[in-house]
Amino acid sequence: MGFFEKLGLKKLTKGLEKTASSLKDNVKKALLHKKLDEKTCAELEEVLIRADLGAPLADSLISSLRKEKFEQDISYEEVQKHLSTGIAARLNPVAQELNLPTDKKPIVLMMVGVNGSGKTTTIGKLSQIFKENGKKVMLAAADTYRAAAVEQLNIWAKRVDVPIVKPEKEGADPASLLFKAYETAKQENVDILICDTAGRLQNRQDLMAQLEKMVRVLKKQDETAPHASLLVLDATVGQNAHQQVEAFKEIAGVTGLIVTKLDTTAKGGVVVALADRFSLPIHFIGVGEKVTDLRPFDAADFAKALLE
Amino acid sequence: MFDQLSGKLKTVFDNLSGRGRLSESDVDEALRGVRLALLEADVALPVIKHFMEEVREQAVGESVLKAVKPSEQIIKIVHDGLVNVLGTGEDLNLRMQPPAVILMSGLQGSGKTTTTAKLAKRLKEKDNKRVMLASLDIYRPAAQEQLAVVAKRVGVDSLAIIEGQIPTDITKRAITEAKKNGYDVLILDTAGRHEIDQTMMDELLAVKKIAAPAETLLVADGLTGQVAVDIATAFNDKIGVTGIILTRMDGDGRGGAALSMREVTGQPIKFLGMGEGLDALTPFEPERLAGRILGMGDVVELVEKAQQVVSEEEAEAMQEKMMSGKFNLLDLKKQIQAMQKMGSLSDLMGMMPGMGAMKDKVDPSKLDDKMLVRQIAAIDSMTKIERLNPHILNAKRRKRIAAGAGISVNDVNKLIKSFETMQTAMKRIKKMGGLGALANMMGGGGKMPFMK
Repeated sequence: MGFFEKLGLKKLTKGLEKTASSLKDNVKKALLHKKLDEKTCAELEEVLIRADLGAPLADSLISSLRKEKFEQDISYEEVQKHLSTGIAARLNPVAQELNLPTDKKPIVLMMVGVNGSGKTTTIGKLSQIFKENGKKVMLAAADTYRAAAVEQLNIWAKRVDVPIVKPEKEGADPASLLFKAYETAKQENVDILICDTAGRLQNRQDLMAQLEKMVRVLKKQDETAPHASLLVLDATVGQNAHQQVEAFKEIAGVTGLIVTKLDTTAKGGVVVALADRFSLPIHFIGVGEKVTDLRPFDAADFAKALLE
Repeated sequence: MFDQLSGKLKTVFDNLSGRGRLSESDVDEALRGVRLALLEADVALPVIKHFMEEVREQAVGESVLKAVKPSEQIIKIVHDGLVNVLGTGEDLNLRMQPPAVILMSGLQGSGKTTTTAKLAKRLKEKDNKRVMLASLDIYRPAAQEQLAVVAKRVGVDSLAIIEGQIPTDITKRAITEAKKNGYDVLILDTAGRHEIDQTMMDELLAVKKIAAPAETLLVADGLTGQVAVDIATAFNDKIGVTGIILTRMDGDGRGGAALSMREVTGQPIKFLGMGEGLDALTPFEPERLAGRILGMGDVVELVEKAQQVVSEEEAEAMQEKMMSGKFNLLDLKKQIQAMQKMGSLSDLMGMMPGMGAMKDKVDPSKLDDKMLVRQIAAIDSMTKIERLNPHILNAKRRKRIAAGAGISVNDVNKLIKSFETMQTAMKRIKKMGGLGALANMMGGGGKMPFMK
């Protein structure tokens, strides 16, 4: 689709810079010994672990640094370059634009994730981007569970000025709501239907079964739907992100990730390990609560920011 | 993970038994495994380092007990250390002139509003308090409505929403209302905020000054990673926290954030959010969480339960009987009953070391609690002679027993089969002559009578 390019977004965010600064101090501190000795390696590994990269990945990155530079003099810049190259190499393949089919109408986009990860807010921001690119957007408020979730999405719909399909009553079946939303979107010649879903923990079998049903219902109307199933990950999450991706991928056929709340001190480093393991594209990062706070994911920037 | 951890520790310590004391290098080797387990559980690194030093100090030089394996001993030291750091669960401290104010704080999406409702429900139902809720979240769309809806669901009042009012003014109004109408507790739900957002943290501090809360609770996502220390430190330093509530603890996260937050703030963990239902708020129990963080299931609980249910003499007598080959169906019945007292089979599975992770993968239909009931019924329908001499149970007798117990002949067959398997195993152990071997069989490997 490629219409995100022309937005010309400033990619490196204030949030990421903030994230980076503390790491930068740590890396610098670790390099006080100048030489890449055991102690420095251990400290550098800690820097990576504290960024939530996870112990195995941190170990592998430091091992490769050791192989080349052990017991040699090394500068901060060299370490940074080596590590960020290693990280970017893992992120590059997954830094992909959100590619949506051109021959489907409506294109169905589904947002999934655990509670509180930022699905609804992200939908608000995405709608704005699609709309600015001349697309006719419709929202489906299929989080019929959480109190006032429908109202929250409704406010976003008004803000961005897009139509919304809402359940008739609280606690309605989200799958039937999606059915209705699809019908409506088709009738009204909508380009993109974005479906909000209730947050659910991936080990809750009942709720995951419900999600599976929602996907099934969409497939009945268009067997290629949902055309994108986006898992929204909170950057503050730790190693549990692995289980989240695994489960949502299996149940909801996740096609890509969005990492939110990167304007915090959270490093979101777990996505590097996720990229390594699942090879799922990362499309966007969320860096704030405003409608404009959704940016394309850039591997080099992310890697650099993690260590700079 | 426990399998990995205990496996690692086992290799390290296999040659250790009988060597007297845990040496420094033994302990270091073992602690490397523990460190990885803690990292995987998202315990923050600085907290791990500090913790490991303490554990190391304790473990080095410790006499190796004869009764347990050295690897188990290390796990026990680590476990007890974790319990110690986690501290005891504490209830809310609301002893003050009503209305006692509870201020809820935390990042966006940590679960403050849902937790506010859960707390209100608990205070109302368990402590008979009159509770009012007020939302100061003027930022997230529909946040105030959300609180009003959940307040209604749990049957407590919420402050009327006045559009455009700022948080400090809402606070003042809430306190006036609460005083006027004689509420015991006022819970202030606030907007999510990042700990580095100075403006928002200042706002929270201003609210706190007005509210003079009895409790300032930090609500944090139990799935939080390494950043847990930064979040907790910042909230504690900037606004002063009196307790922590960890949410989403019904997930499959290992909950290391709890340890990190408790350690850096020194404040107690008061509750755990265990689900979306509005009564899914449970008091914090350090033992359980320690087991979970280590990924070892509730070993402690299993041991304790087993101790409660089977007295030691009873267990010894049973063991002797088994070893002498005189074990009969009456003894099997006693065993089954002891097992029933310990809880459902899937509960027991979760408590067994190494089985915790498997719990979800085991087909629950294969863990049939009713099977135990059927087996007891079968034994009860036998004659005394049959119970003592199971080998005489021919087809005719089995048919009669099945009819008497209201079960199928197949069930009777299964019972006899597992009894025979146990008997054969017993004989084998007798030949090997080791009680240790018996313990191994009972711990795993040996097919227990409740497995189909």
